[in-house]
Amino acid sequence: MDALLAQSINLFAVVLLVLAFAMIAQRRILTLIHLFTLQGAALVAATLVVAYLTGQHHLYWSAAITFVLKVVLIPILLHRVINRLNVRWDVETLFNIPTTMLIGIVLVIFAFNLAAPIASLSASVASGTLGIALACVLLSFLMMIVRAKAVPQVIGFLSMENGLFFAATAATSGMPMIVELGIAFDVLVGILILGVFMFQIREQFDSLDIRHLEKLKDE
Amino acid sequence: MVTLSGIVAQILAIVVALALAPLLTGWVNQWRAWLQNRSAPSLLQPYRMLHKLFNKESVLAESASPLFRIAPYIVFACMALVCGIAPTLSTDLPLATAADAIALVGLFALARVFISLAAMDIGTSFGSLGARREMLIGFLAEPALLMVLFSASLITQSTSLANIVQTIAHQPFAIYPSLAVAGVAFTFVALAENARIPVDNPATHLELTMIHEALILEYSGRHLALIEWAASLKLLAYSCIGLALFLPWGIASADTPLAMLIALPVLIAKLAVGGIVLALIETINAKMRLFRVPEFLATAFLLAVIALLVHVLLGA
Repeated sequence: MDALLAQSINLFAVVLLVLAFAMIAQRRILTLIHLFTLQGAALVAATLVVAYLTGQHHLYWSAAITFVLKVVLIPILLHRVINRLNVRWDVETLFNIPTTMLIGIVLVIFAFNLAAPIASLSASVASGTLGIALACVLLSFLMMIVRAKAVPQVIGFLSMENGLFFAATAATSGMPMIVELGIAFDVLVGILILGVFMFQIREQFDSLDIRHLEKLKDE
Repeated sequence: MVTLSGIVAQILAIVVALALAPLLTGWVNQWRAWLQNRSAPSLLQPYRMLHKLFNKESVLAESASPLFRIAPYIVFACMALVCGIAPTLSTDLPLATAADAIALVGLFALARVFISLAAMDIGTSFGSLGARREMLIGFLAEPALLMVLFSASLITQSTSLANIVQTIAHQPFAIYPSLAVAGVAFTFVALAENARIPVDNPATHLELTMIHEALILEYSGRHLALIEWAASLKLLAYSCIGLALFLPWGIASADTPLAMLIALPVLIAKLAVGGIVLALIETINAKMRLFRVPEFLATAFLLAVIALLVHVLLGA
């Protein structure tokens, strides 16, 4: 039974990775939020399994915090933001999805190679998944780079935090509680500030395209 | 060493496939109609269709070359051979050693080449349009399918489909994340290859959107019957390969006819569930634009590559 549970961590890790790819390829903002919620749920499940296998009780707490924040609170906030901004059904034009995905594959290979020597040093139950966590972080980076609109960028940022959290859980069985709480509130405050930002961008430029921010004005 | 019971088992496997294939098509059509709130055609409708077409006169275009006449036979023979090789009921058939997974993909490609050539042979615009689209889908789907089969063969270090299935079925249950991802990729490829809804609508009569139907527009009578039957066989072969790779439990590992008769109800049950899932996928999705198809198949390829990479990283 424990062996199966240990293998299920790998499964959840792969789910995280596939969802990160799905987010890169997704055009619709609403589906993007659903995918982010799913990624949070997979993260919670993986954390719970690691907590059970290693018997570290503080991981249950961090799983609970992750659930409340990333599966319930932040998706609700994002839904409210896109409703208020009236971009709920927005479809973003992306440049060439297959090319982006090929770049993603290269990133995954890079991350796997990078993580292999580190993972062999770690004695954690899920050390093999460090490469996947790193790949998730890099893929979310890629998503933030290729997206032009503000809301998908914010989701990319949040999904990067998912990857980092999973890396911490997988490689070292979780960070100290105080660090975890700090990050959790940072993310929450971050999303609030970014939400305000989105309204401001919209007010200034009549669009959520952040490329407008690149132009300097002499005023 | 080919024994008598091996030969009987092989013939049994092919006969079962030939008989079951139209039933699977009918089952999927029936569920699709139910899920879409239409009154469903009878389960036996594909058989009646085949019977009707076999009794009808076959009309040939004046410009048809011999290639046009022999193409349906080649396509049908390819699909029947695939059903003989693929692990449908048992993993230990005399023919199973004749071709590994790569040759199996080659057989699908051979059928595709001939049906496309035949479609262009008449020289109608719809025929060549369909042929081009079919080749577009084929050349994108094939690498993805090969990658799926490679990631399965990495687990067992063999490209023989029978060996792969045997190994996966007879070891203690373990979660293979790479196989799970490869299974999703395989579903994508199977939908594209069998002209199913996100890629092509099998029930369409709108010339501009059709792919598979445009290829066979000029066929009638027994030729059409053979092609329709071959399409059913292809669906069955894909379902069986998918079920054998990703849910291999219940498949017979011996080549005795008796063991295969025990495996038959299990296979039918799995196919019945698979057919309902297929009908569900077709109901909740809309047909995508043709220019979105490369994206869809690139996703399948990507998932298959992820499966390979994950296997290399995790060893599972």
